[in-house]
Amino acid sequence: MSAAAGAAGTHPFPDPSTFPRLLVHQARVRGDRIAMREKFRGIWHAWTWREVLAQVRAMACGLAAQGFGRGDHLAIIGDNRPRLYWAIAAAQVLGGVPVPLYQDAVAAEVGFVLDNADISHALAEDQEQVDKLLEASTAAARKLRIYYDDPRGLRGYADDAVLSCTQLQDAGRAFDATHADFFERALAAVVPGDVAVMLYTSGTTGKPKGVRLTHAALIAAARGGVAFDKLGPGDEVLCYLPMAWVGDYLFSYAQAYCAGFTINCPESAAAVSNDMREIGPTYYFAPPRVFENLHSDIMLRMEDAARVKRVMFDYFMAVAERCGADILDRKPGVPVLDRLRYALGTLCVYAPLRDALGLARVRVAYTAGAAIGPELFRFYRTLGINLKHLYGSTETCAYICLQPDGAAKADSVGMPAPGVEIRIAAGGEVLVRSAALFQEYYRRPDASAAAMDAEGFFHTGDAGFFDADGQLKIIDRVRDVGRLAGGELFAPNFIESKLKFSRYVKEAVAFGDGRDQVCAFINIDAAAAGDWAERRGIAFSGYADLAGKPQVLELIRGCIDRANAELAADAMLSASQVRRFLVLHKELDPDDDELTRTRKVRRAYVEEKYRVLVDALYSGKTEQYIVTPVTFEDGRSGSVAATLSIVDCRAAAVAA
Amino acid sequence: MAARAIGPVMLELRNIALSFGGVQALRGISFDVRQHEIRAIIGPNGAGKSSLLNVINGVYVPQQGEIVFQGRVRRRMDRHEAARQGMARTFQNIALFKGMSVLDNIMTGRLLKMRCNFLQQALYWGAAQREEIAHRARAEEIIEFLEIEHLRKTPVGRLPYGLQKRVELGRALAAEPCLLLLDEPMAGMNVEEKQDMCRYILDVNQELGTTVVLIEHDMGVVMDLSDRVLVLDYGRKIGDGRPAEVRADPLVVAAYLGNPSMPEGHA
Repeated sequence: MSAAAGAAGTHPFPDPSTFPRLLVHQARVRGDRIAMREKFRGIWHAWTWREVLAQVRAMACGLAAQGFGRGDHLAIIGDNRPRLYWAIAAAQVLGGVPVPLYQDAVAAEVGFVLDNADISHALAEDQEQVDKLLEASTAAARKLRIYYDDPRGLRGYADDAVLSCTQLQDAGRAFDATHADFFERALAAVVPGDVAVMLYTSGTTGKPKGVRLTHAALIAAARGGVAFDKLGPGDEVLCYLPMAWVGDYLFSYAQAYCAGFTINCPESAAAVSNDMREIGPTYYFAPPRVFENLHSDIMLRMEDAARVKRVMFDYFMAVAERCGADILDRKPGVPVLDRLRYALGTLCVYAPLRDALGLARVRVAYTAGAAIGPELFRFYRTLGINLKHLYGSTETCAYICLQPDGAAKADSVGMPAPGVEIRIAAGGEVLVRSAALFQEYYRRPDASAAAMDAEGFFHTGDAGFFDADGQLKIIDRVRDVGRLAGGELFAPNFIESKLKFSRYVKEAVAFGDGRDQVCAFINIDAAAAGDWAERRGIAFSGYADLAGKPQVLELIRGCIDRANAELAADAMLSASQVRRFLVLHKELDPDDDELTRTRKVRRAYVEEKYRVLVDALYSGKTEQYIVTPVTFEDGRSGSVAATLSIVDCRAAAVAA
Repeated sequence: MAARAIGPVMLELRNIALSFGGVQALRGISFDVRQHEIRAIIGPNGAGKSSLLNVINGVYVPQQGEIVFQGRVRRRMDRHEAARQGMARTFQNIALFKGMSVLDNIMTGRLLKMRCNFLQQALYWGAAQREEIAHRARAEEIIEFLEIEHLRKTPVGRLPYGLQKRVELGRALAAEPCLLLLDEPMAGMNVEEKQDMCRYILDVNQELGTTVVLIEHDMGVVMDLSDRVLVLDYGRKIGDGRPAEVRADPLVVAAYLGNPSMPEGHA
């Protein structure tokens, strides 16, 4: 199975082959157009491509003056800020490698990367991140030069190893003045085969690995996507996803440099939804969780709306449900009357709603990373929002599959991306070959060799197959796929995503490999379930109390019954219906190592940590007492104790 | 704690007595506040803590004693004079304009600094416009400082309690005070909200150099935050000194804490 769209020569950017050269190219071609904006103290500040080049130049020269050079690693940690993006380019100009880190990583995790990548220079957003870097580097007696963006709280740091970005760039301008041609020569020395960025994978098992991606691979992937979705200089992106994630690198940096569009940095993480309305991005990515939250937000607010509005909303949502997706896909055969109704609905409901969500101008919206409920997916498409799936991983520069306009489906992830060749191995594993593959895992030849075979195929670790439309469908991680004691297929992620389609279920962990039936842990969604309880006058004091309420258990049982009905309809997975479950008394949390930073469940760890609960699920008990250690947000640890009820559920009849 | 030089005495109360009819709220209280310090006032309910704050900024007139502020000795403080001289305060019960946005509430804190008259402001042209922009810039700095950018346009009445307290602090800061009086800034807050508020108070003190006098019940907070603690009981001063000294004072322990092992959260 292979597909090769976007052949060389058809894309509009034939020449510049590294990111620094792309920056120079953009500054020359559209120097006065806005390259990036940042909202600061209530006002959007803008930089043109020419100004960005000047800023990057000052920063690169400053880093050079500080001794940063070819092959060095620059750690970058913080929220999406222009200076942090400039730092990526500045490091690349010098032939160095930027290493973005997750902004919510704790000091120990930061310390791991500092050691693993042997980092001696770091750029941090603010005091919080500087403190983390200092803690991590002091613990390991590492010499680390730190630069920071936001000076608040940092005036007292007399240490001369800590410099502000302004100081760094001023020093850079002075260096530039006395070293003529330094910048040009450094920039010209960077070749497409150089590593452009190193991103640490979240690692559901074991320690994170540094994935090294070259300029050539990233630019191939970026251009493929730019051509596929016809992105251009007029597009707007809101950059709010973690900079350490390959998607942000691709959407907010690589594609912006290739297509010349504008990126917008929101004021703060909490202000994203406000700022999104102000900017109105045209190209948007969000994980399913964000779409779920927006949807439940809308539904909650509609429940509180006046009766007239509710009736209008319900009527036009029914119209949209009937014909909205077909109109979006420009399919023929929609009755004229329905088209008229939809047009009226656009005026009264859909357009105002899209505007309230900040999605008024979206041409292309993607989601990935987890399954999204079919109703939810349809909901956005019927509103006229072109939501599509993509599938990929850090190792493949974010792209493996994409859904073309007009062929979006909820349960598959699309056709192979431009230039990507896919093969399904005998065991069902998805193998990928393309120009946009990673170079290696840093200092892990063993892992690199295991992931890449002799023919140059990368082993994704995902099990999947192509459906009748030629779209890839992912079932689960290969290593998670197991067998029930009766020999039937057991795909835990598949089951969990079905459970998570309910807005009351935030997280689920299914067990069943080698066992006679499937049981599950459930994490309730505190906001949705709390609101549900409030509306019914059920009093509760906190998360653990709410999670233990018999009414809530009954609510969750209803959700599981629905998921079981869906599973029963699937020929391969009908034996995987959930027979017993319990609702956990605490939220699974990355700080407790139960989830990865990208919020994937660390299955083996959770099973080990809650061994008594798993045993209780399979022993027929009706309740179990447990004491769990927890880490609070300020880093202190404590413990919570609770007695959890275990609930049996009905299995739905299997369709013949 | 970062270096933060505590300066000379900026406010001194000498032998203050205040009574309402037969009730003696304050009996001969003397204490001082030094520049750049965080001064806590603690005591059981009805000890006279809020009365003392009200004497400092001129809401109550003491029957006896004198107040020395910024080098001037006076029998009583005048409320408006206090505000002009750089005193700002927050209240035990939130006193914000519930129907107005966060931004507008903070802008009201700038009122004393506005020079244009009513007519100019109504026309909103020339000097009035320039002035408004300058004040708005200051308000935005405070919004950023308190990390409430996302709530700028939200009506205050819709915010949870902890955030309303933060907005109230913001309004007090908008007056650019040199002395900030906080009446139970953390009352009714959960642990997380308290932690946030502590951080903002420390930031205000360290980044802006503002002197802070605060009334607080949470002993953990008082001990961690303040440079010196004044202890009142039934209108009398029964202790005054650094947190460690006050904590060890048997009189204070007996009157206020009741338990020599110093509990965490006395309420």
